[in-house]
Amino acid sequence: MASNPMYQFNVYRIGPEIKLGSVDISFTNASLFMVISSLAILIIFNLGAKKKTLIPDKLQLLSELSYSFVAKMISDTAGSKAKPYFSFIFSLFMFVLFCNMFGMIPYAFTVTSHIIVTFVLAAFIFIGVTVIGFMKHGLGYLKLFVPSGVPMVLLPLIVVIEIISYLSRPISLSVRLFANMMAGHTMMKVFGGFVISLGIVGGWLPLSFSVALTGLEILVAFLQAYVFAILTCIYLNDALNLHH
Amino acid sequence: MLKKIIILVFVTCFACFKTVFAAESGGMPQLNPEFWISQIFWLIITFGILFIVLTKVILPKISDNLETRKSQILENIETADKQKEESQKKIDEYEKIILESKIKAKNYFNDAREKIIEDINKKRAALEKDLDEEISSTENELSEFKKSSGDKVTKIAAETSAELIKELIGEGVNSSSIAAIVEDQAKMNKERKDVI
Repeated sequence: MASNPMYQFNVYRIGPEIKLGSVDISFTNASLFMVISSLAILIIFNLGAKKKTLIPDKLQLLSELSYSFVAKMISDTAGSKAKPYFSFIFSLFMFVLFCNMFGMIPYAFTVTSHIIVTFVLAAFIFIGVTVIGFMKHGLGYLKLFVPSGVPMVLLPLIVVIEIISYLSRPISLSVRLFANMMAGHTMMKVFGGFVISLGIVGGWLPLSFSVALTGLEILVAFLQAYVFAILTCIYLNDALNLHH
Repeated sequence: MLKKIIILVFVTCFACFKTVFAAESGGMPQLNPEFWISQIFWLIITFGILFIVLTKVILPKISDNLETRKSQILENIETADKQKEESQKKIDEYEKIILESKIKAKNYFNDAREKIIEDINKKRAALEKDLDEEISSTENELSEFKKSSGDKVTKIAAETSAELIKELIGEGVNSSSIAAIVEDQAKMNKERKDVI
């Protein structure tokens, strides 16, 4: 049972079954790790923001560095107009990053390895960006689908392609994160299973592979959170500064 | 044409769903919709709380911290610049004072030297004048003495010759004739000397 590499993605109820009307909203292991990640973020950043010393201590430095990191990322990709959305992108980046990182702890559950979670985040971003675009530019936002400098003959085709690519944004955004996390964790589990099955004689090779994969997966965990946040910034940039 | 496309889409969707649910039963718990609603619900709650607390409480503090640090550093740099400028000014003043005092010292030295040289020159001039006067008076005296010495010599010679004659002859001779002879003799001597 536990040797099944997909077993780690099972969601199960923790505590009693909670029903809201006819829908089941029970507290599950996924919910537990969402709560843990959020609490960890809040505790770390609260401690980092508490002291107001001129020379920062470690936690303060950490929080300030991540603040300026995200701020720089936003201003680089979306310009100064995206400042009001800073706190959302910061929360998003930190939430995805902490969920990914907590998933790297053995026996922990990876929240972001579930398509429904990443899809809800991506759909929310997609809808939010579309609403912002229409609010800023009115119907002029539809110009996003009509790139300038395209010959009239090609225009119908290009518009269709642009619309499809725009509509596929939430899917690509969510599937990228989900598939990366799932694939990485599955692979680690598979190699871990090899270590057990090959035993003390032949298990060293998959073990060393497993160690290398752990490092790679930590990199991927950070990178995917970064990609998620930066793609959000890019979509936001499209909505804020319409220059296609 | 349109009908064909729609049918194709439906068929692919159906195939996809079939494979998806096949995958679920084959072991992809992500595609089991049993806990989807629960996950969405808890995601909204946790992320919502995280977002609100970060926005309202924590991020303003961090940005405040960063701002104060930035402004404080800028202030410190400004004060440092000001102090640097002041010290540069002081150094300039100091150098000016040193230069002035150097010039003054040089002037003092030159003045003193000139004074001393003047003094020396004056004293030397006075001394030379004194010496010249002394020399000229002595020369005058000498020339006077030379002038008067000729008469005296003839006189003495006349007296001596008168005395000698008296001793030799035993009686006095007319002193004026003796004097005339002596004078002649002296003249002759003088002429001889001049010839020689």
